[in-house]
Amino acid sequence: MSGADRTKAVLLLCAVIAVLFVLQFLLPEYHHLSMTRIMVLAVFAMGYNVLFGYTGLLSLGHAMFFAAGLYAAGLTVYHLEWSVPLAFATGVAAGAVSSLVIGVVALRTTGVSFMIVTMMFAQVAYLATLYFTTYTRGDEGLVLPTAARSFDVFGVAVDLTNPVVRYNIALALLAATIAIIYKVVHSETGRALIAIRENEPRTQMLGYNTFAIKLKALVISGTLSAASGAAYVLLFAYVGSTFATIQYSIDALLYTLLGGAGTLLGPLAGALMMFYVIDIASEYTVAYLLIAGLVLIVLVLFFQKGVLGTIRERWIRWLP
Amino acid sequence: MLKVENLNSFYGASQVLRDFSIDLAAGEVLCLLGRNGAGKTTALRSIMGLLRPRSGLVTLDGRELTSLPGHEVPKAGIGYVPQGRRLFSELTVAENLEIGLMCRGGGEEVRERVLQYFPRLSERLDQASGTLSGGEQQMLAMARALCVEPSVILLDEPTEGLQPSMISTIRDVLLQLRGDGVGILLVEQRVDAVRPVADRVAFVENGCVRETVGVAALTENPELLRKYVGVG
Repeated sequence: MSGADRTKAVLLLCAVIAVLFVLQFLLPEYHHLSMTRIMVLAVFAMGYNVLFGYTGLLSLGHAMFFAAGLYAAGLTVYHLEWSVPLAFATGVAAGAVSSLVIGVVALRTTGVSFMIVTMMFAQVAYLATLYFTTYTRGDEGLVLPTAARSFDVFGVAVDLTNPVVRYNIALALLAATIAIIYKVVHSETGRALIAIRENEPRTQMLGYNTFAIKLKALVISGTLSAASGAAYVLLFAYVGSTFATIQYSIDALLYTLLGGAGTLLGPLAGALMMFYVIDIASEYTVAYLLIAGLVLIVLVLFFQKGVLGTIRERWIRWLP
Repeated sequence: MLKVENLNSFYGASQVLRDFSIDLAAGEVLCLLGRNGAGKTTALRSIMGLLRPRSGLVTLDGRELTSLPGHEVPKAGIGYVPQGRRLFSELTVAENLEIGLMCRGGGEEVRERVLQYFPRLSERLDQASGTLSGGEQQMLAMARALCVEPSVILLDEPTEGLQPSMISTIRDVLLQLRGDGVGILLVEQRVDAVRPVADRVAFVENGCVRETVGVAALTENPELLRKYVGVG
């Protein structure tokens, strides 16, 4: 990508953030809340995209990293009465540590084996949330007390029950995630990630320790997913084992595939489309997943590299 | 410079290299000739550490490479251009070179030096490498291997599937590299591509080097080609 293309890409990213900022003043209450949720879930999918879209590793267990952040932040607030910022940091750290430990084992496999190993790890995490019901209340889950969801930043009170605050925190997290991924993708590590996706043995022949680079990608990916999980519980006050099921891993994969794997904004576009397709379809029928499935088939037929991936391939080469 | 002694390599239970030994001096071109399945490519892969030999020794300027992990061998100074080029097809020419340069921290100076061997690539820096012609892709694969500033380069059938003008360009680059003191270990099937560039030829059969001769022997003794390659 040339210097001019990079400038255009950065300007587009800034424009997207600006549009999302302005939207909060225009959206009605329901869509305001939906957009907050979509932005947090997009961070999860963007984290997933670092591993799948840029590195070419298909994980079926990313819900465990989302859940690691969700539970670490949620349980520390609920049981230990930790402050929100400390709980968020704990959630992020839980994602970093768990992805590092699981990565050391799972990255010894590739392809289908990697999918199965990550899925099995996630299943263990899910069962753990059901097993330790004393602390997690399993399927039923926990609701964070309202009093625990406000904190002070340099003397300024921040109340997470306020929808405007929630929206802007979600937007800030999204903006930070976009900045981090942009930085990673355009660094030496990013080049190496793409090289591994294209041809791992060849990358190794050029002198790269591909295991170490893949582990780095997994830790970045898992940490971002955990940040999303931690934000989710603190913003929406609920933690439950549903978030650790394979469905959430599949959701991240779907958002990424639909929006465009290996594109920076693809997971956001995918999360937005999936959320509203299901939301609108469920207004008309209880068989809303059938409609969502049909829409997915049509999109995949006409946008084989995802919506933004296809746009980049056919029309806008500089799309980030 | 590069010394390979008694390499024994296996694919599972099947032994492919048997006490394979060669040596290569700086600024020398040694060509491995042999029938399909003789073990030429396996020899290159074993030298690169991509296939771990069960026994034997590879040294470069006295430094033992056999115990190094595969990704450390290029950093030790050996470049490898595998058969079929294997570029990162979605990346541009410039990005492919950048990946080669990053390995040993080479900068703009190294890139310019490499591009002097392949001026045509300079005109295509922003083009996706998957859209280059076969000859240009081969040039890029060689350029990328040269980005690690190797003292020895291993080339696996670099002229395969190329038109005559491209073969001639590749040959000129090999001669330039030889003149610059780079040791070249070349695997080729085309004898006519070997004659103008090679100093010596090692005939490989059943995973071991049967005979090593000066390149003139190919013309003087056509029986060698009939015996080891089945042509001539």
